[in-house]
Amino acid sequence: MRFGVVVFPGTWSDCDFHYVISEVLHQPVKYVWHRDRNLADLDCVILPGGFSYGDYLRAGAVAGKSPVVEALGEFVARGGFVLGSCNGFQILCEGGLLPGVLVRNECLQYRCQSTNLLVENVDTPFTRGLRPGQVLTMPISHGEGKYFAEPETLRALKARRQVVFRYATADGQVVRSANPNGSVENIAGVVSESGNVLGLMPHPERASESVMGGTDGLLLFQSLLGTLVEDGTFLKR
Amino acid sequence: MAEAEPKVTLDLARGLGLTPPEYDRIIERLGREPSYTELGLFSALWSEHCAYKHSRVFLRRLPTSAPHLLQGPGENAGAVDIGDGWAVVFKIESHNHPSFIEPFQGAATGVGGILRDIFTMGARPIAILDSLRFGDPADPRTRHLVNGVVSGISWYGNCFGCPTVGGEIAFAPEYAGNPLVNVMCVGLVRANGIFRAKAEGVGNPVFYVGNKTGRDGIHGATMASATFDEESEAKRPTVQVGDPFTEKLLLEACLEVMQTGAVVGIQDMGAAGLACCTSEMPARSGTGMDVEISRVPQRETRMTPYEILLSESQERMLLVAERGREDEVRRVFAKWELDAVEIGRVTKDGRLTVRRHGEIVAEVPVDALADGPRYEKPTAPPAWLADLQAFDPLSLPEPGDYGDALVSLCASPTIASKEWAFRQYDQQVGVNTLVLPGSDAAVLRIKGTRRAIAVSTDGNGRQVLLDPRRGAAMAVCEAARNVACSGGRPLGVTDCMNFGSPERPEILWQFAEAIEGIAEACRALEVPVVGGNVSFYNETLGQAVLPTPVIGVVGVLDDARRLATQSFKAPGHRIALLGPDAVSLGGSEYLWALHGRLAGRLAALDLEMERRVQSAVRSAVGAGLVTAAHDCAEGGVAVALAEGAVTGAARIGCDVSVPAGTRADLALFGEGPSRVLVTVEPAHEREFEALMAESAIPWRFIGVTGGDHVVIRAGARTVDVPADRLAHAWRSGFERHMA
Repeated sequence: MRFGVVVFPGTWSDCDFHYVISEVLHQPVKYVWHRDRNLADLDCVILPGGFSYGDYLRAGAVAGKSPVVEALGEFVARGGFVLGSCNGFQILCEGGLLPGVLVRNECLQYRCQSTNLLVENVDTPFTRGLRPGQVLTMPISHGEGKYFAEPETLRALKARRQVVFRYATADGQVVRSANPNGSVENIAGVVSESGNVLGLMPHPERASESVMGGTDGLLLFQSLLGTLVEDGTFLKR
Repeated sequence: MAEAEPKVTLDLARGLGLTPPEYDRIIERLGREPSYTELGLFSALWSEHCAYKHSRVFLRRLPTSAPHLLQGPGENAGAVDIGDGWAVVFKIESHNHPSFIEPFQGAATGVGGILRDIFTMGARPIAILDSLRFGDPADPRTRHLVNGVVSGISWYGNCFGCPTVGGEIAFAPEYAGNPLVNVMCVGLVRANGIFRAKAEGVGNPVFYVGNKTGRDGIHGATMASATFDEESEAKRPTVQVGDPFTEKLLLEACLEVMQTGAVVGIQDMGAAGLACCTSEMPARSGTGMDVEISRVPQRETRMTPYEILLSESQERMLLVAERGREDEVRRVFAKWELDAVEIGRVTKDGRLTVRRHGEIVAEVPVDALADGPRYEKPTAPPAWLADLQAFDPLSLPEPGDYGDALVSLCASPTIASKEWAFRQYDQQVGVNTLVLPGSDAAVLRIKGTRRAIAVSTDGNGRQVLLDPRRGAAMAVCEAARNVACSGGRPLGVTDCMNFGSPERPEILWQFAEAIEGIAEACRALEVPVVGGNVSFYNETLGQAVLPTPVIGVVGVLDDARRLATQSFKAPGHRIALLGPDAVSLGGSEYLWALHGRLAGRLAALDLEMERRVQSAVRSAVGAGLVTAAHDCAEGGVAVALAEGAVTGAARIGCDVSVPAGTRADLALFGEGPSRVLVTVEPAHEREFEALMAESAIPWRFIGVTGGDHVVIRAGARTVDVPADRLAHAWRSGFERHMA
């Protein structure tokens, strides 16, 4: 699978995703400049974390109108995969590729900490190797990660099973105390209606090596690649 | 000149912080009265902040050479070789004065400034550490300052994309009027790819790159060279305003333009801004510079040459390129949407010539600017010191309940968990952080190698107040010991010296003694000082801060898999205490937290013993023989044990016996150097014993991990506290003041 990691002015998780994809997953990967509209030779586009365009106006608002994000519409329509993490999730929402919006954390402070994520939908390309109710551990690092959507949108999201991850306790309880940023209904990650665009606030690239404290983030990539399904490691977890 | 400039007089010079003899010296060097713009140049570059005029004579005492040293003091930052073709560039700097006036922007631009010092050398910043000191945390004013400083650091570092991996926060009333904000940054660069602040090659173009120039921060360096009074609030406009997004673009653009090979030299516009770069760079290279000030990108109208030269607007660099390769420079900065304007040329006349629309507004020999006055002012030990040292802490009663005493110490804001601050900092961007904040040292891997680096900062103002020489030496030892406990071999020291006014003999004595102590410790541990920062005039209304040298140490681990952290990992591991028994309650956290006293004498320091203990613990970690290693610092062995029990993923108690000595409070809470706790799996006990026997240090097994209580026996006294209770005290001790 050919990966492209988008670089906006102010992006900082680009190198981390690049490292994990090339050095841990051994997949072909290149950087894509924010002015680039040509995504023809890619299978999966990563929108990484950071402060694109300084996050002026609103987090992801300017990047949501950038040439590369405009080109994503066509890329997604032809079945390409898009994974947006942290600022990437904000950009996908601002760019209209995912419903909802991310606003300032309820605590009004930046939060960098480990979180537990309850997996709600295992029928997406990014989660197909997981089992329902599985709990993943991944860190967050953001100041504007409180997910919000209008009640109507929320109902539709749930009806279509687009909520993929919710902040939870280590044993999978979706409770207020496990919600690090005040997201509505503890939502941490959502997928597009078509299923090939995933946005999440946590950082899978920071949970992809045991020396970094865990490998749960790798499971998203491995689901996408289908690598672990064959030996059954996932399905039996 | 269109605008009327103030007439240059001695009074004007004094208003700018220059003394009458200094003003005379300017006239002597120029052979004439300076113009207003020239006077501004001298006042900034001859400020204490830029010229180190009171400290230089003492700083010469520091050892600054080592085989692995690639860059010592005198550049934007120091550099050491870590092997496999890589080097680390690092430095610590203060932003105390601006942070008191405006905590958010003061701290933020402190981070911004030190980041630029690192990437101007060609290194990518990979770690930030903050050493912060504040007054009483129960005071609402302190809460305001802590909030502002922490959110300023968080805002700038997180947006820029460099992880904050360590540092310390400590509290004492002496910092109430002058908080300390010291920021250390570490960057990674190929050992043969270090850039320097040179202005070589006559005729080479001089580029101004980065953010535009405004009126912010004018005379920041002068402000940082005076004490505070009731009028300090009025100095708010001298604080710079940061833009971390622009800094991130500047980082990427600088590292990219350096790859082209077109860059001859580059320097960050920090204190004294353009004035500093245009004089220091040619002064280092024996050249001159001729610049046209009207070409400088400006974001305000009608700025005078004086303002443009002295502005401390952030996120700017001065870059000397190879003649004929100007377009390569312009192309890179255009890609990152930053200004890159050719403002002048390198000349051979040894002068800084500043023109405005062709007309000369300043013409000064660069040596005259760079070679500020040096003073050797009188030093004298403070009259009150002998009385303070004479106090015997054992004249105070023993605690009624030793368990309560331990809980109180764990809840002391200086010792308690700083998670409230650290969770506001990105700690992992770059995916290098192997050991997160909260252990003795942070550890970061060096990708593409087997190596890692360990970094730590330390500095105990109370100990330095009671004995500046020994206290400062202990700070070096402790920072290096933290690195050793993580498994690292210290390679270099950077020091940030925070003191009161050097014009007072007792303050200058503290400073001179502290430098001597740092020099002694560095020589004994065979680690060079690669650079640092002196911050004087940390006083308000005559009340100086505790004399506080903050020491940053960088070390290397040859094998990143062989590292240790401070927390107990499993029950049933034997606990050993390495190092001497000599401890003291003088200047201890116990004496302050439980009795409100700062007095007494420090424990003895044997630098040769220190070296051997560090070597022993490093060998044990490197051989994989210990499951935890933790320095005994504030709160003594009892607090070190409590931290081992409560700071890990699982709470694991312990049961130990320590020699009672004179009195149990001294044995439990006394502080002394060269002491380390380690835990050893039973399977490795023999091997560990053999290693310790070789290391020629005193050591003994004192107990075992396990259970859910921390039990410490000292003679007839026994501390027995549930680990949960200690954990609660430790977790809430600082945060409760911030909520």
